[in-house]
Amino acid sequence: MNLLTQAKITWCPGCSNFGILAAFKGAIEDLVKNKEIKMEEVVIGSGIGCHGKISDYLDLNSFYGLHGRIVPLLSGVKIANPNLKVIAFSGDGDAYAEGIEHLIHAAKRNIDLTLIVHNNQTFALTTGQFTPTSPKGFKGKSTPFGSAEEPFDPLLLMLSSGATFIARSYALEVKKTQEIIKEAIKHQGFSFIDILQPCLSLNDTRDYYQKRIYWLDEFRQKDNFDFALEKIREWNNKIPLGIFYQIKKQIYDPS
Amino acid sequence: MGKSKNKITTVLISGQAGEGVKEAGIIFGKLLSLSGQEVFVTTELPSLIKGGYIFSRISFSQEKVFSDYGNPCLKIDLEKELILFGQKSFHLPMKKLVEQAKAPPITKNSVALGALCYYFGLEFEKLKKIFEKTFKEKAQINIELAKKGYEYLKNLKLPTRGLLKSKAIGLPAGGLIDGNEALALGLVKAGLQTYFAYPMTPATSILHFLAKKQKEFGLKTVQPENEIAAVQMTLGSAFAGFRSACGTSGGGFDLMQETCSLAGMSEVPLLVIVSQRMGPSTGVPTHTSQSDLQLVRFSGHGEFLRIILAPGDPEEAYLLGAEALNLAWKYRSLVIVLLDKHLSESLATSFLDFSKISAKIGLASGRKIEEKKGLVFPGMKNVVVKAASYEHDEKGISTEDPLVIKKMQEKRFKKLQFLLKEQKSKETVKVYGDKKSKNIIICWGSVKGAVLESLKHLKKPAKVVQPLWLEPLDTGKIKSYLKGAKKIIDVEGNITAQLSSLIREKTGIEIKNKILKYDSRPFEPMELAKKINHFLI
Repeated sequence: MNLLTQAKITWCPGCSNFGILAAFKGAIEDLVKNKEIKMEEVVIGSGIGCHGKISDYLDLNSFYGLHGRIVPLLSGVKIANPNLKVIAFSGDGDAYAEGIEHLIHAAKRNIDLTLIVHNNQTFALTTGQFTPTSPKGFKGKSTPFGSAEEPFDPLLLMLSSGATFIARSYALEVKKTQEIIKEAIKHQGFSFIDILQPCLSLNDTRDYYQKRIYWLDEFRQKDNFDFALEKIREWNNKIPLGIFYQIKKQIYDPS
Repeated sequence: MGKSKNKITTVLISGQAGEGVKEAGIIFGKLLSLSGQEVFVTTELPSLIKGGYIFSRISFSQEKVFSDYGNPCLKIDLEKELILFGQKSFHLPMKKLVEQAKAPPITKNSVALGALCYYFGLEFEKLKKIFEKTFKEKAQINIELAKKGYEYLKNLKLPTRGLLKSKAIGLPAGGLIDGNEALALGLVKAGLQTYFAYPMTPATSILHFLAKKQKEFGLKTVQPENEIAAVQMTLGSAFAGFRSACGTSGGGFDLMQETCSLAGMSEVPLLVIVSQRMGPSTGVPTHTSQSDLQLVRFSGHGEFLRIILAPGDPEEAYLLGAEALNLAWKYRSLVIVLLDKHLSESLATSFLDFSKISAKIGLASGRKIEEKKGLVFPGMKNVVVKAASYEHDEKGISTEDPLVIKKMQEKRFKKLQFLLKEQKSKETVKVYGDKKSKNIIICWGSVKGAVLESLKHLKKPAKVVQPLWLEPLDTGKIKSYLKGAKKIIDVEGNITAQLSSLIREKTGIEIKNKILKYDSRPFEPMELAKKINHFLI
């Protein structure tokens, strides 16, 4: 199964986006092999940013869309043809700044699509500015003296917006990420994965994360809102990864 | 109007918002339609739900009425409970009759309708039928109150207009339709499958109508979080192979710009309905304007094909709505249908000629790959469909290669050549009036109605030219219709004469005589005729 196009990959050497690409490819291969999805029914899409290039690299139906707009675009695909398996890629600038209203409403209506956010806490393609997830004091080219804004927590936002599948992963943990992506694609409803993705060129957070990340028990009940809330808010010396929350809810159908 | 030489009669119904003025106007229009009259109904309303004055003007005649008139022979006011004709006025105790019947206050309008029915000598049975169709189980109380209004007027033994004589067989009441509904029916006829819209006057009633009828029409309607989402979903639906459209007004369309440009690059069909209202900004939300022609001409950044169609009445809205959807799919391009409040919300007796519409329910996408083999879309076996906002090669992969960029830009613009060729066989420009006259009036959109009506009151004959396709403008036909003109008079609902600028840009013809109205109200035929007469030679 060759899922790659002939396009030349132009991410920086060693970029952690390669980890996400490998995990996603692996997830699709597994799901197709197990006959859980059909390759031709997969539609991916991406916004603008380093993450967006993934549309070029994968030999799957794709729409390489606009900055911040991939969620409504692919929502239109899904509404028109509910048989398609729709997966959106986005970045932290793309999903949490430019397109935040779409993110909230996609979660609210529980449309059956998967959103994978490459969260590197910086605008990398435009050579380094702060994003909604950059820590306060982030020194970028537009904030040379440090960003004055507190970041927000996208998982907390998704929990309060009604997302029915909320997960966080780490780009350099390929196998685990692959399993989470598989679960997200199989989930009926809006599934959200925030992937911590160190930008080796502009915001190398590898050391920071590797000291703090740990995995949630994957065999526990995942429908506990209070537990999910508690774990989401745990972002200090320890950073939990895994599926925080998953519930069954009526999926969006306008007809 | 009273009695014009064409025997056009105008009635004005007024009242506070919430008193059912608009509904009364529509029902009276339907009654006239059923009684064999040609009808035009305009409602003028403020941007609020209750309170504030609303007017409904109904002009009717034995022959086609293209616009309502400003001076009614009869006025009926639901708040003041008065009927005025000429200098005379008398009291119609609507409130009392409603209270006696223990009916809700809104049914005052039924009393008024009964009175109108008697005054114009129309058959009560017809009114009854319309009530039954409109109100269903609630019809009885309305019929009862209408009967009271009818009897009240009868007992006054006032002179009436008598039975409206009509040789024509009664037109079906459904033949009275507004621009938005006619357009929506055209879209459906051409195979619309999904419709996305965020509420915005005066385009909202398209969403209301399609949402209400979605099961019957077999389509999906969605009201997303904003116009950006609406237009993106519209594009996504088309990418998936499902015929889609979205609708908005100027302010909402501003938010759709980036996606218009995306349609240009990705070559995914995109149909946007833009119903103009008076701007700039929030402007005058419930009143009309023709000020967004130049906006839509340049919608989206970058250079790409834009098709703009501008119907002038519900019949044209029906046909051009269908045409627009077909063109979007045929040319995989952005198509905009430009309406305005006066067209969107005014009702006119119309014949929707569905024999002229070819319903092509095709599945296609913006994919370049294997395009010669036919249409492809996600979900098809052994084919990968890729669309992109970046410049891309034939396989849909991003490129920065100058040779590919140039080739792709030329490939996209090649479509314009095919379109210009196709234009030749289409009715892209309409001509009315005295086709030999050297006096030529040029207009577009709903202004056409007032212009055609004004023709009935001109001192000298004139020819009227109405371009339906504004982009690409059919310069060949425009030039030939304007040839030999002694006077060309441009009539538009804006301050900058946007159509005349377009004509000058594309044909070099400068139109010096302009009649421009930018007070957010439609042209009144008699006033317009006066202004046109001033120019005629």
